[in-house]
Amino acid sequence: MAKSHEKNSPNILLEMKQISKGFSGVQALDAVNFTIATGEVHALMGENGAGKSTLIKVLNGVYQRDAGQILFDGEAIDFKSPWEAQMGKISTVFQEVNLEPYLSVAENVFIGREPKTKWGTYDWKRAYRESEEILAQMGINVDVRRPINEYSVAIQQMVAIARAVSTEAKLVIMDEPTSSLDESEVQILFNVIRKLKETGVSIVFISHRMDEIYTICDRVTVLRDGTFVGQWDLKNLSRMELISHMIGRALEESNDRNNKKVSATKEMTEDKPYTVKVRKLKRGRIVNGISFEVAKGEILGLAGLLGSGRTETVRALFSADSYEEGEIEFEGQVVKFNSPYDAIRAGIGYCSENRKTEGIIPNMSVRENITIANLPALSNMGIVSTQKQKEIVDKYIERLGVKTPTPDQQIGKLSGGNQQKVLLARWLCINPKLLILDEPTRGIDVGAKAEIEKLIRQLADSGISIIMISSELEELVRNSDRLVVLRDGYKIAELDGETATEEQIMHVIAEHSRDTEKVAMGGS
Amino acid sequence: MKNTAVQEKMNTTINKDSLLNFLKNQGALVGLILLTIGASIRYDYFFTSTNLLNLVLSNAMLGIVAIGMTFVILTRGIDLSVGSLLALAGIVAGYMSSHSLVLALVIPILITTSLGFVNGVLIAKNKLEPFIVTLAMMIGVRGFVYAYTEELSISISDTIAESFAFFGRGELLGLPVPIIIFIVLLFIAGFVLKYTTFGRHVLAVGGNQEAAKLMGLKVERIKIMVYALNGALAGLAGVILASRLGVGQPVAGLTWELDAIAAVVIGGTYLTGGRGTIFGTFVGVILLALIYNIINMEGTINSWWQPVIRGTFLILVVIIQAKVQRKQQKE
Amino acid sequence: MTESALQRTAMNKSEFARKYGAAIVLVLLVAFNIIYTQNFAATQTLWNVLLHASTTLLVAIGMTLVIATGGIDLSVGALMAIAAAVSTLFMDYGFAAAIFFTIACAAFLGAMNGTIISYLKIQPIIVTLALMIAGRGIAQVITDGMLVNFTNPTFEFIGKGSIGPVPFPVMLSLLTCLVIYLLVRFTIMGRYVEAIGDNEEAARLAGVRVNRIKIAIYSLSAVLAAMAGMIETARLAAADATKIGLFIELDAIAAVVVGGTLMTGGRPLIFGTIIGVLIMEVVTTTFNYNNIPDSYSMVLKAAIIIIAILVQRERKS
Repeated sequence: MAKSHEKNSPNILLEMKQISKGFSGVQALDAVNFTIATGEVHALMGENGAGKSTLIKVLNGVYQRDAGQILFDGEAIDFKSPWEAQMGKISTVFQEVNLEPYLSVAENVFIGREPKTKWGTYDWKRAYRESEEILAQMGINVDVRRPINEYSVAIQQMVAIARAVSTEAKLVIMDEPTSSLDESEVQILFNVIRKLKETGVSIVFISHRMDEIYTICDRVTVLRDGTFVGQWDLKNLSRMELISHMIGRALEESNDRNNKKVSATKEMTEDKPYTVKVRKLKRGRIVNGISFEVAKGEILGLAGLLGSGRTETVRALFSADSYEEGEIEFEGQVVKFNSPYDAIRAGIGYCSENRKTEGIIPNMSVRENITIANLPALSNMGIVSTQKQKEIVDKYIERLGVKTPTPDQQIGKLSGGNQQKVLLARWLCINPKLLILDEPTRGIDVGAKAEIEKLIRQLADSGISIIMISSELEELVRNSDRLVVLRDGYKIAELDGETATEEQIMHVIAEHSRDTEKVAMGGS
Repeated sequence: MKNTAVQEKMNTTINKDSLLNFLKNQGALVGLILLTIGASIRYDYFFTSTNLLNLVLSNAMLGIVAIGMTFVILTRGIDLSVGSLLALAGIVAGYMSSHSLVLALVIPILITTSLGFVNGVLIAKNKLEPFIVTLAMMIGVRGFVYAYTEELSISISDTIAESFAFFGRGELLGLPVPIIIFIVLLFIAGFVLKYTTFGRHVLAVGGNQEAAKLMGLKVERIKIMVYALNGALAGLAGVILASRLGVGQPVAGLTWELDAIAAVVIGGTYLTGGRGTIFGTFVGVILLALIYNIINMEGTINSWWQPVIRGTFLILVVIIQAKVQRKQQKE
Repeated sequence: MTESALQRTAMNKSEFARKYGAAIVLVLLVAFNIIYTQNFAATQTLWNVLLHASTTLLVAIGMTLVIATGGIDLSVGALMAIAAAVSTLFMDYGFAAAIFFTIACAAFLGAMNGTIISYLKIQPIIVTLALMIAGRGIAQVITDGMLVNFTNPTFEFIGKGSIGPVPFPVMLSLLTCLVIYLLVRFTIMGRYVEAIGDNEEAARLAGVRVNRIKIAIYSLSAVLAAMAGMIETARLAAADATKIGLFIELDAIAAVVVGGTLMTGGRPLIFGTIIGVLIMEVVTTTFNYNNIPDSYSMVLKAAIIIIAILVQRERKS
């Protein structure tokens, strides 16, 4: 692994050394280092499960670390809550903006540290005046008397930042602040960040967007699987290198770029019929006219960094969320599903990336979890045939190798890998024509991972079309017949699974972002 | 250039339909005004001070309970026990009246405050559902009141009867004392909600509890205080009612919790917490009373329609509220 | 090893308390009564307890399903009143018409509850509170706020009749329990209810039509309440819209909680609810037989509810 390339500069603000943190057996952080200089904007990057948010939460007192040391402004610190951290000059602007929706802008800036009159009552005049001043310094002019929920998310972000500024924070942590902002709003945010930087405030900036990282940040720290990968100066680090650090594949930079084949539309040589064709699907800002098709028995990999719109695209296809525009052709017919129920009846299964919150029904048995989507077929006049249920459950438990003492076991008590197999079984028993697997191997141990991958291939061979999403490019490349690469909600390339390599995908993502950046810069 | 343009865009979208927003948020007030005008035209007797005073007077105690309920609902809670606490306060006042006036006034409120405190602790510390905790309190306290009194009213002792009656039947500056107490409490509560840290934190706890915690607010303590406060106000209402009637009635305050909740919600306080006003609650209380009053005056309408109208009204208000809320969330 | 073993026994204990706590309390209560309460150990007592419990049981069973979906239904008492009013209204058209229109009317109102709750996404407590307030009013409008007497032996049989030694209401409520138990245990519906209460979003993504199920459940709860309302009406041979079913929603919710069904939703425990209802009823009977005012039993019931949710709380954490 690469080591930190830089000597510690003299004006270090924060130093986190050998931080470790585990959750019931899972090591989320393993001896991670993190150093920030005064007045720098520092990017923290890594794919899902890299440990970014855990590191942040250890720093701001949401979690208590198991091991390691934190030095802030030369002193050892140990915050027990975000509130203490805030008092200690470290403020966090959380991903889900944590403000009081119905309270005014001014109050949100000051809540917990209310300005008071000499009578001890709330000093509204001062609150309004001072919050206006702080926001004005940031270049934001809003009516601070209005409730915050009347403003856009961008303004809410600004108010959260203003709140941090008003506590005279020396370090402001921004956890994906741009995820719900549009281009112009991002520019406002960047201006604010630059102003903060001028006044000597340091910023930890978490984002998945390469362009933003390279526009606003000075240095980057990369984490992967809870370990520290390295810290680099962004000026001396190419996008390719950064991406390769994030996903953990060493690349030879000399790799001849002209060799790669990026075919915009790959001809289907085989004469397999398409199971599904998606045309110009659009949903909000995150799915921007995405088109693709999946042939019978084909595994289509959806590649892209986090936040590229891959999950949102498949959710719209499954009609877990509604979409605004676009057309879906399934089995040769244009369809418009109103709910997951319709999609399932048509023969689509969807394994969500959030196994706990959107997948398992935790207190119900393995048996019920397997059959929940297929109950109508297993019953007669609404009465479930325990015989049929048993047959199908036994069949899939055996076929998928689900390790459970009995089918009556509560699914919540199984391991992640076994839960995932149960969820796969749930969709297999509806005899799907299309199976959407969003991060099917996330949080699963290596052995189970291999089993699941093998299974996916078998399913495709049996004629099921599969859309697979994974943050692990290696896994995606290994398993996909064809790859669609997404970036910022746009489809940017389609690659042949046989010849595609991880490097190629990374190039596409990196190249493309450089292109759009040029366009964006030229346009502004 | 670009930035200011963006901001202008943001600002204009906000102020555009603020009048419409105002009307939406103050639907109850508009309803109240319309009903008042309509009733004044139709019934000669309606817009007389006697009728209006009576209307407010007979709802002052409920109004006091509703003030406390407003705070509870603002924290995203609910309190079903207020009716029972009110009855308890009344009979305790009855028992205490043989000792002294001060005890008859203070002890009942102390007791209901502590029971409210118990509600708060179970809800905030033990993280139990407000609905069930206060339901148990409602049943338990009512049962105790029935059992202890053998379901008989407890008269206020003659020794203090006259001075005690002042709080329910007395007049001050030409106004009935319960009305004065109600109005003073309205102002105090409105002030607390708007101008004290406690008040703002109550709103914060209900608006987004997670955020409130992250911002370092003492969520548990605020909740406990709110339930205790609600108990205190229910007790006060009970004492005033006992003073009005000259007896503490075991059946006092039956279903008042529902009336209070309805009044609060109709007054525009979000049942999901975080947003609402004391003034709105006042409007809600009076509006519900007005409906009753008008039905009485009409004479030909069966008075049983009154709960039907109230129920329908309640659900309509909530549906509109939910729509407005969701629309705001989308934007 | 010792530590984990200790942990296991501790867990087992709380698990045990949760699973069998209510049943044990009931057995202890009955045992106590058999020893200390005069005239308790008689068959007649059994029928008395069951007869008194029968209407609460019907309502509580419906409430169990509602709570299992993560909801609540405060309107059941009002629906009983409406059932009383509507059934007497249609009495002249015959026994069957009375029952049919009553059930249809309740089902409609329940479906309305369910529709507003599921499609408009408004909290169940406030939706059913509105019907609770309005419903009793509707019943009183129909009966003009008066006690409406009637004579209809067939209808009265619902409340007063008995088959052999078994009072008809007892028969009906136990039969209903059985049907609902079978529904929960063997049908798609039962599984969907549990899935919605356990993880609504996962259920939706697995193709459960959440809104429909909720509407069906609130309708069912309303219909069961209407049945209870007709039993009480038949027993009195009169419709008393003011008093019938007053506070029954509280008894029912309490019984469900004591029976162990989670307030946050999940598996509906039908037997648990039956035991919950019986505990409450035996407490009342105990107080009655020992000439202690019934109101004292309310205090005890309140304590039982609090203990029950504290036990539930333990289980979750």
